Amino acid sequence: MNQAIRNAWVAIAAMFALILGSISYVQVVGADELTSNQWNNRAILQTFCQDRGTIVVGGQPIVQSVPTGSESCKFQRQYLQPQLYAGLTGYYSNIFGSTGLEKSVNAALTGQSDQLLLDRMKQLFLGQQPQGASVELTIDPAIQQLAYSLIPDGQRGSIVVTNPKTGAIIAMASKPSYDPNQLATHDQAAAQAAMAKLQGIQGINLNQSVGGPTGALLAPGSVFKLVDTTAALASGKYNKDSVLPNPAEMALPGSSAKLPNYAGGNCYTQTQASFAFALEQSCNTPFASIALDLGQDAIGKQAAAYGFGQDAGNLLHLDYQSGVWPKNLDQSQLAQASIGQFNTTASPLQIALMTSAIANGGVQMKPSLVKTVRAPDLRVVDEPKPEVLRTSTTPDISRQITEWMTDVVSNGIGKGAAVPGVQVAGKTGTAELGTSGLNNSWFTGFAPADNPQVQVTIVMEGVDVATGAKLTSPSASKIFEAVLKK
Amino acid sequence: MSAVEAAARPRRNIELVLLVLALVVGIGANAMTSINQGLSLGNDFWMQSAIMAVASLAVHIALRFRAKYADPLILPIVVALNGLGVAMIHRLDTASTPVADYGDVQARWTVVGMALAIGVILFLKDHRMLRRFTYISLILSAVLLVLPLVPGITAGDVNGAQVWIRIGPASFQPGEVAKITIGIFFAGYLSTNRDLILLAGRRLGKLQLPRFRDLGPMIVAWLASIGILIFQHDLGMSILFFGIFISMIYVATSRASWAILGIVLMFLGAMASSEIFPHIRLRIDGWINAFDPEVFGRQYGGSYQIVQGLFGMANGGLIGTGMGQGRPDLVPFAHSDMIIAAFGEELGLVGLFAIVVLYALLVTRGMRAAIGARDAFGKLLACGLSAGIGLQCFVVMGGVTRLIPLTGLTTPFLAAGGSSLLANWIIAALILVISNAARRPIDTTPLGPDETPAAIPPSSAPSAHRGGPAETTKTQVVKQQ
Repeated sequence: MNQAIRNAWVAIAAMFALILGSISYVQVVGADELTSNQWNNRAILQTFCQDRGTIVVGGQPIVQSVPTGSESCKFQRQYLQPQLYAGLTGYYSNIFGSTGLEKSVNAALTGQSDQLLLDRMKQLFLGQQPQGASVELTIDPAIQQLAYSLIPDGQRGSIVVTNPKTGAIIAMASKPSYDPNQLATHDQAAAQAAMAKLQGIQGINLNQSVGGPTGALLAPGSVFKLVDTTAALASGKYNKDSVLPNPAEMALPGSSAKLPNYAGGNCYTQTQASFAFALEQSCNTPFASIALDLGQDAIGKQAAAYGFGQDAGNLLHLDYQSGVWPKNLDQSQLAQASIGQFNTTASPLQIALMTSAIANGGVQMKPSLVKTVRAPDLRVVDEPKPEVLRTSTTPDISRQITEWMTDVVSNGIGKGAAVPGVQVAGKTGTAELGTSGLNNSWFTGFAPADNPQVQVTIVMEGVDVATGAKLTSPSASKIFEAVLKK
Repeated sequence: MSAVEAAARPRRNIELVLLVLALVVGIGANAMTSINQGLSLGNDFWMQSAIMAVASLAVHIALRFRAKYADPLILPIVVALNGLGVAMIHRLDTASTPVADYGDVQARWTVVGMALAIGVILFLKDHRMLRRFTYISLILSAVLLVLPLVPGITAGDVNGAQVWIRIGPASFQPGEVAKITIGIFFAGYLSTNRDLILLAGRRLGKLQLPRFRDLGPMIVAWLASIGILIFQHDLGMSILFFGIFISMIYVATSRASWAILGIVLMFLGAMASSEIFPHIRLRIDGWINAFDPEVFGRQYGGSYQIVQGLFGMANGGLIGTGMGQGRPDLVPFAHSDMIIAAFGEELGLVGLFAIVVLYALLVTRGMRAAIGARDAFGKLLACGLSAGIGLQCFVVMGGVTRLIPLTGLTTPFLAAGGSSLLANWIIAALILVISNAARRPIDTTPLGPDETPAAIPPSSAPSAHRGGPAETTKTQVVKQQ
């Protein structure tokens, strides 16, 4: 009997050992995963009332913590120019968690990052309130303001302005926007009411992963022809003097439907076209025939080299979705996908990255948003340097494409983007949304063409052709001018 | 055994020292909460601490008088756990709006529990007296288990389980007390019949198969457990009852086949019930798919509670946030079912390990008493009650850490709940009494006036012979006086 009691004890001791194991798993091994779980708002609740660092643009704070005067929760997050920067800053709420930069640079803002260890210990010893670091962005406030104002209220659209040589984001604006103050308030009932109201707005950028310049996946339309062109030149089958077939419409293999050139343009004037003409006039059939010739894998490989379906690197600090080159296409689908229709999609930032790579001799820089991180005593603790993200194509090919893109603005359908005295390279796109007659209207380009300083990508969602033309290329011209004048 | 008898010293002074330490732990945790939250220690705190200390000392003094050879570790461990529980419940009270007073209620029940323990120590001179009540315990257990279903006194469905009764303003969970009575029944029944169960029946290879009629108690126990599950929706209690039974029948027969049969039956019951009963299925779903958004957001049988508990424990990490500095209040039922998560958050892995070690020590000391006990009834009772505490800890902590599905059992001595506290204090007292009998030196002087053999139930005498050869000779020494 005593032996049986000892055995029973061993069984129970084994149970206790299992418990020690599972406690260790939860509290040590799996703790990081649990802490970063999207439903876990403990971290926010713990630091919610602290003096968080400011987010600075052009030397002025755009987000700061202000004293509430209340003992129970001493600081309130305040967003200055909330609508203008909501897509970047995100919000900081004790109910809904945090999004955007509030989430991604949280360690710096709360002072928890490794570089701030000494500051943290100093505060601890001196008995000071914990104070976070301030984060200065690469954004130019004037350009951000301009870009934001170029999207009419009530229009869904995004504008991404970057420096193609460094990857620094100069402006990134989208509408509809919202006021993060309404969600960051300590009045939980008010925050909940505001959230309920905001969630009803189509295309709103409350969560970086579902909207805005970094997230919304849209049909890229003709701007995708830059991928086809690159793939064609890279294949060796085509060169700058190649003559492409340009029928007014093209029978789609295995389908009764036909792929037409755009009826409004000048494509119909030639049944054969050079690359320059096909890009200038944005004819569809030459690029569809290139895609059918090269095959979907070649196009897909080039798309990936431009970043489709890839990561954007660690300097962006925003949730990012790049784009999709669809898989397992039949010939008819391939023809449509190659002109940025069917299931081909891209976020505005993805198109900006593609164009930036062409502007930068085929080298794509990591998009970056943080210029400096400063400790409470204004000492710079972090200053990210430009980093190469990937090589998208060769310098020769990018130079050739730049030349043709310059023609698009000087002679072709992107004339609206021209800036007096500056050579601008660009490409437009008009992606049809079903049979509604409405389109996603794109412009992407850079200037000056021979020494690119600025890249601009604009997309306006759900517009007719005339409105699209008005809201894209001319807006790009204004932004080029504003950036280059500085 | 010989080691125990060679060192047959009362060890009450060691108990006193450890008891003071235990009080420092419990009262200290309570004080830390207030200090960390910047509150002053009010009159209530001092009053409550003093009452707690006096009541614990009263148990200690009762032991000095009536059971001076009792195990010196058990009381300090129980007081430490109880004190920590009161402190954490107080701490959670301060976080709720409006401020609750579960902590005061728990402190009051603690005093009542200690008083009952003193009562057991004073009036239960010899644990073998309980053997007389073997079948009365069976009837009592049945009544206690059925009470929550009786119209008029049932408290109805509380958080999905029908295990409460309500008489006037007071509510009570009779199942907690049934743990004790069912332990007494099994100990009495098995100590009397274990030879029959052991020897009769066919052998199949190495396995000694029990006779069908000897399977009776196992089937009754199994049906009772399933009954609890079906009618009261109480998975935890069901597992606990059956687990206690399996451990006792295994110890009584020393046959692994019984334990294996029991575990197989338990699994069959669990699998069948998860097929049949939606609430069990939801529990298992909430365990396996805890991080599924749909399961997380489900209002009934979802995983919100367990996931919040995990978040809390992860937040505590290695050393915890410190008493009063985490957010254990974010976990639903933090003061009762989920109190382990609260401790994990505020005391960290280190604190939780300490608590687990306290429980492991408590169970070990109970098992040690069982080994030392000189009669089969005492062995079985001490072993069953200790195994019950161990199993209960496993079910609760395994549920909170997502090792097994979460069931609504209380953590012994820690969790808020008067019925549970009372029952566990009685269990602690019973183990203390048995350990006293186990560690008591064999009396070589003539029996005192209150130690007549008549105090020992006649039926226990033969049973002593069954305890194995070692015990037999020693009990004969006593009887020859």
